[in-house]
Amino acid sequence: MELLALLNVLLQVANTGADFMAKFGAGVGAGLAVLGAGIGIGKIGASAMEAIARQPEAVKNISSNMILSAALIEGIAFFALIAAFLIII
Amino acid sequence: MKVKHVLLAIIFVFTGIAGFAQQEHKAKFNAGDFVIEEVLDSYWWHIAKVGDHEIAIPLPVILHSKVRNQWYFFWSNKLMEGKHYKGFFIKEDSPNKGKIFEKDNQGNLIRPLDLSITKNVVAIWISMILLFWIFLSVAKRYKENPLRAPRGMQALLEPLILFIRDDVARASIGEEKYQKYMPFLLSVFFFIFINNLLGLLPTFPGGANVTGNLAVTGVMAFFTFVITTFSGNKHYWKHIFWNPEAPWWLKVPIPLLPFIELTGIFIKPTVLMIRLFANILGGHIVRVTFVALIFIFAVFGVVAAYGISVISVLFIVFVTFLELLVAFIQAYVFTFLSAIYFGMAVEQEH
Repeated sequence: MELLALLNVLLQVANTGADFMAKFGAGVGAGLAVLGAGIGIGKIGASAMEAIARQPEAVKNISSNMILSAALIEGIAFFALIAAFLIII
Repeated sequence: MKVKHVLLAIIFVFTGIAGFAQQEHKAKFNAGDFVIEEVLDSYWWHIAKVGDHEIAIPLPVILHSKVRNQWYFFWSNKLMEGKHYKGFFIKEDSPNKGKIFEKDNQGNLIRPLDLSITKNVVAIWISMILLFWIFLSVAKRYKENPLRAPRGMQALLEPLILFIRDDVARASIGEEKYQKYMPFLLSVFFFIFINNLLGLLPTFPGGANVTGNLAVTGVMAFFTFVITTFSGNKHYWKHIFWNPEAPWWLKVPIPLLPFIELTGIFIKPTVLMIRLFANILGGHIVRVTFVALIFIFAVFGVVAAYGISVISVLFIVFVTFLELLVAFIQAYVFTFLSAIYFGMAVEQEH
């Protein structure tokens, strides 16, 4: 019931403004992408901390690998951000 | 009264001053346009804007008109601020905003052949001169006496060069073949690093968004693609098109794995291009947005702008430090991934 009402309102809005839903979708998409990147890099950081705690003399090795993995994951998140940016522009 | 108490008090007072701002609305400041213009290429090098007057370094414009079939060379100050010159003008609205257009005989807008020396071209020349100067002087010192203890610029660069040679090239490509790829890897690493760093400076000779430009990163990724493809040996191509270690149902009846690997050949350099572009462009946009924050508040009066400027400058400093880290990391990741692709291309049978 409430779902139908929501759908009704959204359809009315979509009738009026052309770009509105696209920009809304772009914003939500960008947020989701950052969510994914945050979770991924958080897991890397957590496991890196654990590994350093287990073996403190391997700090240099672990840190450089952590930074590398974080940069690669950020690269993927940027795809979604660029796609969202292109929609808004 | 400790130092941090005094500093915090200053920050609070300044931000509080913003509350006394008058409601005087002067010309509306278009933050979106300001941010976009700072990170895009342009036909002049913008230094400052005093009142309504823009102070910029004009750059050469080289055009070949398709309508009149002749070449035109002039300085870009003839086209600044919407002026028309010899039938050429800069388009104000999208698409292709900010590019030079002319009108053909039917009145349509067409683009002439545009070989102008734009801001990014001059920025690449500046970083090129910087790189030549640094590396030729360091090479001279090595040639004179290779066993002398390093000093100055040599001492600064030697750890970086050895890092690329040992941890990137030797580790990824292997002991026998890494020498061939060292010139490209070193060039790419230092080119990206120096351009990233120069992009962090506020004004000439820095401040141009070179690596945050799809064309520049696209060409570098294309070089990686060409080198990978031309140095691929039989083992490399066999593993792409008919991987002997993969299960049979991925190759027959529908060659799923070969198709995925084939698209991978093109997608990997594309990802290199987009990763560097998006990281650097994102950093530039964030920094310029914090600068634009001051101008947004200036609409409410000078007092508000002074108030917000303390916070804004603190954020700009923080973002610039972050961008320093990103500048090095992105150069390293591009070089490292290129080295890995070269390593995969020249891998022998095991």
